[in-house]
Amino acid sequence: MSKKIPLTGDQAVAYAMKQIEPDVVAAYPITPQTEIVMNFSSYVANGQISTELIPVESEHSAMSACVGAAAAGARTMTATSANGLALMWEIVYIAASTRLPIVMPVVNRALSGPINIHCDHSDTMGCRDSGWIQIYCENAQEVYENTILAIRIAEHKKILLPVMVCQDGFITSHAVEGVELFDDKKVKDFIGEYKIDNPLLDVDNPVTYGPLDLQDYYFEHKRQQGEAMKNALTVIPDVSKDFEKTFGTKYDFIEEYKLNDAEIAIVALSSTAGTVKFVVDELRAKGIKAGLLRPRIFRPFPKEKITKALKNIKAVAILDRSESFSAEGGPLYTDIKAALYDSGVKPLVSNYIYGLGGRDIFPADINKVYADLQDVVKAGKVKTALNYLGSRE
Amino acid sequence: MAEKKKTWKEIPIGGKIIEAGNAEKYNTGSWRTFRPEKNEKKCINCLFCWIYCPDSSIKVEDGKMIGFDYEHCKGCGICAAICPVKCIDMKKEVK
Amino acid sequence: MAMIEIRWHGRGGQGAKTASQFLGEAALDTGKYIQSFPEYGPERAGAPMKAFNRISEEPIYIHSSVTNPEIVVVIDPTLVIAIDVIGGLGDDGVLLVNTDKSPEDIRKATGFKKGKVGTVDATKIALETLKLPMPNMPMLGALLKVNSLVTIDQLSERVRGKFLKKIGEEKTNANLEGIKRAYNEVKIG
Repeated sequence: MSKKIPLTGDQAVAYAMKQIEPDVVAAYPITPQTEIVMNFSSYVANGQISTELIPVESEHSAMSACVGAAAAGARTMTATSANGLALMWEIVYIAASTRLPIVMPVVNRALSGPINIHCDHSDTMGCRDSGWIQIYCENAQEVYENTILAIRIAEHKKILLPVMVCQDGFITSHAVEGVELFDDKKVKDFIGEYKIDNPLLDVDNPVTYGPLDLQDYYFEHKRQQGEAMKNALTVIPDVSKDFEKTFGTKYDFIEEYKLNDAEIAIVALSSTAGTVKFVVDELRAKGIKAGLLRPRIFRPFPKEKITKALKNIKAVAILDRSESFSAEGGPLYTDIKAALYDSGVKPLVSNYIYGLGGRDIFPADINKVYADLQDVVKAGKVKTALNYLGSRE
Repeated sequence: MAEKKKTWKEIPIGGKIIEAGNAEKYNTGSWRTFRPEKNEKKCINCLFCWIYCPDSSIKVEDGKMIGFDYEHCKGCGICAAICPVKCIDMKKEVK
Repeated sequence: MAMIEIRWHGRGGQGAKTASQFLGEAALDTGKYIQSFPEYGPERAGAPMKAFNRISEEPIYIHSSVTNPEIVVVIDPTLVIAIDVIGGLGDDGVLLVNTDKSPEDIRKATGFKKGKVGTVDATKIALETLKLPMPNMPMLGALLKVNSLVTIDQLSERVRGKFLKKIGEEKTNANLEGIKRAYNEVKIG
């Protein structure tokens, strides 16, 4: 065990990227991701690593350069937030459909408008159907470790999909916490050498990337993408086991916190899950059987794990840090509800949209949700399915 | 061209084409309704037809126009239109 | 030790974030779990801003800003009346203010009746030691007097490590001197 050093979430990502030392990084700075690019640039400028850093003129160019580099046969990374992610949208889909294992740390920030630089999940939730794997991290330590883990997931032969490693803008990206860093060599050994089939730069075996693909084969390529996502459900546990053997941390699709004997539970992603744990501890001390379920991986959607974890829960509140504007609740809520439909598990489910545009979420807010859940259990039904937590009514 | 199309399990991922130059196998010559034919006596080997042909279907050897690649010629007639000495005729395809 | 929560009040550019960070880092060096983070708004020099610390023997899960601090540190004297600096501060809390006034004056100005009030003229100390009106480091010294989260030596080592390369030996020592002076000069009442 090495000593912990003080790092922000962004610095932790930049350090992971330094240890990974990708062949190519093409990135454009945007708040609150800026510190990642800034710190990584200094590693390159100081000659500490030999990554080819391409300072592009926009995020559209950043992802385009990444697609080109990855197709050429280079291990490739970038990072972004919010409107930057929106600007690369077109190429985000192309990266996934071309099956290029690009790893992109995303610092979650509200998507304009109105313009706002603070945390919510509207940016990455918006591209949940883009074909990227999505990992949501609770703190700086986790985002550091998952950036490394993501390389192996993305590049696995049965997956070959790009991965977003998400953390909460400012809340973890700019907060200093103690982070334990791994040995450089251990990281290098764990990620191994980057090798993909049919790189563009293999001039002896010329290939074509990105040809027109119409009614005759487009569907089959999309079918393959769907299959790769399914494969991810079985392959990620193997890679995670290897990670645990090497570095000691056990990662599953979901994290359960005092859920085993819980009667009421909250489902939440990223840093909010930490605040929920804090409240669960307080409630447990009062004898209230509260628990937390934190999905770590949202794409692919770990349906079996989630429904199994909620099997004995009487009432569940699902917290969404983004609005899907379906008028039926947020994305985490609708996905989990759909998963429960044919699982035979039927807890009383409600949805809370919270924290949009960085609105802080306090233990008092979480306490209110658990109090609502206790009422739901007593009444035997959900009174209001769709709630707005922390919005002035 | 009733070729059986491959399933998603049989094709390379990511829409890649990993066999270089496989467009050659695409027999666009079957699309023709008119075929170009050359009057050997009139041809001056200026090679305008070779420059203008959109399907690279003019065969050239030693700087001389020696005929058409009927596997790929679609019969568009550009060669006949551009020929300065009108030595190419478009004849009805007989199938 | 239960979790200690600290709220810093300053104005943009006065180094509240840096002070909170150095404190957190010094505590991390001693094996504690820490958080240090500012409340980011539009970042404008001179605008009131807040920074926060959590320091604990146990892992820290909570990720909200601090609403019920044990300690409030006010780096800019004018903030005492400009904003509600004692909001959420408990009856056994500590209010620490950079001012040339006495603890009694501060109690009167803020209405903070119970708990402890500490005052120190950190701006004067900074001007005399560093020759710059940067009261953040002296306030760290004063803070250690009211709560020995880390020792002066542990803090000084961290400050030296952060500053030496950046601002040189002379200014680093001036900062360390400022920390020590405030530690000795803070009045508790």
